[in-house]
Amino acid sequence: MENLLTRHRNLSVLAVVLFIQVFGLAVQVRSKDPEHPPLIRVWAVATVTPFEQAIVHAESAVYGVWHNYLYLRGVRQENRDLKAQIEQLRLDQVRLNQDASQARRLQALLGFKEQSILATLPAQVVGSSGSEQSRSLYLDKGERDGLRKGMAVITAEGVVGKVLQVYPHTAQVLLINDQSSGLGAIVERLRAQGIVRGSPAGETLLEKIMADEEVQPGDRIITTGGDGIFPKGLLVGTVIKVSPSDLFLRIGLHPAADLTRLEEVLVVTKMQDVPPPGDVAASQRAADILAERLPGVPDKPAGPDAARADTLGAAPADAATPKSAAVAGAKPDPPHAAVKPAGPEPPPQRPPSPQAKPTHDSKLAPDLKPITQRMQ
Amino acid sequence: MRLSQTSPEQVEVYRFPWLAAALIPALAIFFQVFFPVQFPFLRIFDVPLLVTIFLGVTRRNPVTGLLTGCVIGLIQDSLTHHPLGVYGIAKTVVGFGASSLGVKLDVENAVSRFLVTYGFYLLHQFLYFSVQRGLVGEALGWAWGHELLAALVNAAAAVALFAVLDRFKQRN
Repeated sequence: MENLLTRHRNLSVLAVVLFIQVFGLAVQVRSKDPEHPPLIRVWAVATVTPFEQAIVHAESAVYGVWHNYLYLRGVRQENRDLKAQIEQLRLDQVRLNQDASQARRLQALLGFKEQSILATLPAQVVGSSGSEQSRSLYLDKGERDGLRKGMAVITAEGVVGKVLQVYPHTAQVLLINDQSSGLGAIVERLRAQGIVRGSPAGETLLEKIMADEEVQPGDRIITTGGDGIFPKGLLVGTVIKVSPSDLFLRIGLHPAADLTRLEEVLVVTKMQDVPPPGDVAASQRAADILAERLPGVPDKPAGPDAARADTLGAAPADAATPKSAAVAGAKPDPPHAAVKPAGPEPPPQRPPSPQAKPTHDSKLAPDLKPITQRMQ
Repeated sequence: MRLSQTSPEQVEVYRFPWLAAALIPALAIFFQVFFPVQFPFLRIFDVPLLVTIFLGVTRRNPVTGLLTGCVIGLIQDSLTHHPLGVYGIAKTVVGFGASSLGVKLDVENAVSRFLVTYGFYLLHQFLYFSVQRGLVGEALGWAWGHELLAALVNAAAAVALFAVLDRFKQRN
C-alpha cells in the first residue's frame, strides 16, 4: 500500500486535495446560507478590497479635482440649461403632486398599504467577483455603515440587485442579471407578473410570463414589491425582445440601470409601510373623490326646452339628479358634449350619490384606471 | 517546430523568486476582480487560470502545480457568491494537468502555449460547470459559442502574458 502511494505520489496528492474540496463543498451545500461567511472568504475580501477602495477613491479624488476646479469649460451654459430644466420640472411636479395625492386618497379609502423608501446610503462600486458565472459587485460600505443582508441596491435609473453578504467595511451585491438571482416583477402595461433573472451569457430575462400575454418590445418592467426587498414600482428595465415558447414567453430585458458600468449606487437602508391616512379616509368617500374627476352633466344651452322647463317649474340644470350625472359621466350625450353652454362659468357639479358608483367604475377616467387596477 | 520533447534531458525546470511566486497570482486575482468593473469586456479573461497554467508548465512539478491551482481557485471562490471549492477543484486539476504536460511538451513556443491554454481553458470550464451542476446543484447554462470564443481569447492572451512572465523565471 505504502509502495503504491509512493509510486503514485502525485496522483495520491491530487486525490486527497480533490477529496478535501469535494467534502468541503458537500458541507457548504448542506448548510446553505450560514450566519457568518467562512474565514477564508472574510480574509480574501479583507485583503483585496482595501486596495480596490484605495484605487477607486484616489481615482475619484483626481477626477473631482480635475472636473470641479480645473476643467470648467461650458459650465455656465450647462448652468443655464439646468435652471431651465428645473423650471420645467417644477411645473411637472405640481401636476404629479396632484396625481399623487389623488392616488393616496384612493389608496387610503381601500386600506391599501405600500412600502416606501425611507433612507438610502450612497456607496461606490469598488470591485467585482471576477467571474462570469458570478455576477456580483463589492461596495465601499459595509456592516459598520449600517448595511445588512438582503437590502435593495438601486440607482436613479432602476434596480441593481440586493446585498448578499456584508463584511465590516464592504458588502457584496448580487446583480439582477446573475443566474441565481430572482426578482418579482410585472409588466407595467399588462400587470402580468413574472420573475427577472440572468442568463449564462449575462442577459437579463423576464420569465414565467404566460405565452398568451401580449408583451411587446418597449414595455416597462417594474418591481412588484412582493419579495419584501424592493419597494413596489421601481423600474427594472424595458423589454427588448420577446420570443414565443410553449408555455411561457422568453423575454429579454434591457436593464434600466447600466449593470456593466456601475460606479455609484444607493443602498435602501430603511423602508416603511405607509399606512393609509385615516383622516382623509374618514372625511371623504370614494364616490366623492371619483366625482371630482369625472365629467358631470353639462348645462343645457338656453333655448326653447329650457324655457319650457322653467315654465313647468322643473329643477335647474345645476340640480341634476345623481343618477343623471352618473349616466352623463359614463356616456356624454354627443350634442350636449359638443355644444359649449353660453354664459358664465357653469356652477360646480354636485357629487353623485354612492349608488351611482358602479356606473362610474366601468368608465373611469383613463388616468385613474391603472390605480384602480393595481388596487384590485 | 516540435511540440513534444523526447528525452528528459531536454526538460528544463524553472523556479521563481518567492516574491514573484506570491505576487504573480495575487496580481492576477486583483486584475480579475478590479478591472472588469471599469472595463466590462475584460470579464471574458480568466487571468488566474492563465497564471495557474503558466506556473504549472514552467515549474513542471505536479504537486506544486496542483497546490498552486488549489490556492488560486479557493481565493477566487472566496470572492464569488458560490460555495468554496468550485474554482478550487477546477484549477487543482488544471494545475496538475499543466505541470504533468509541461514534462512532455515543449511549452516554450507560442503555438504550443496557445494550444495548451485553449485546451485547459475548455477543461477548466467543463469542470467548473460539472461541479456547479453535479455537486452544488446550481443549473448553470452552458453556451458553446461563448465558451469557444472565450477559450480563443484567453489562449491569445496567454501567449502575450507568458512572454512577460518568462522574465521572472530562473533556471533551476
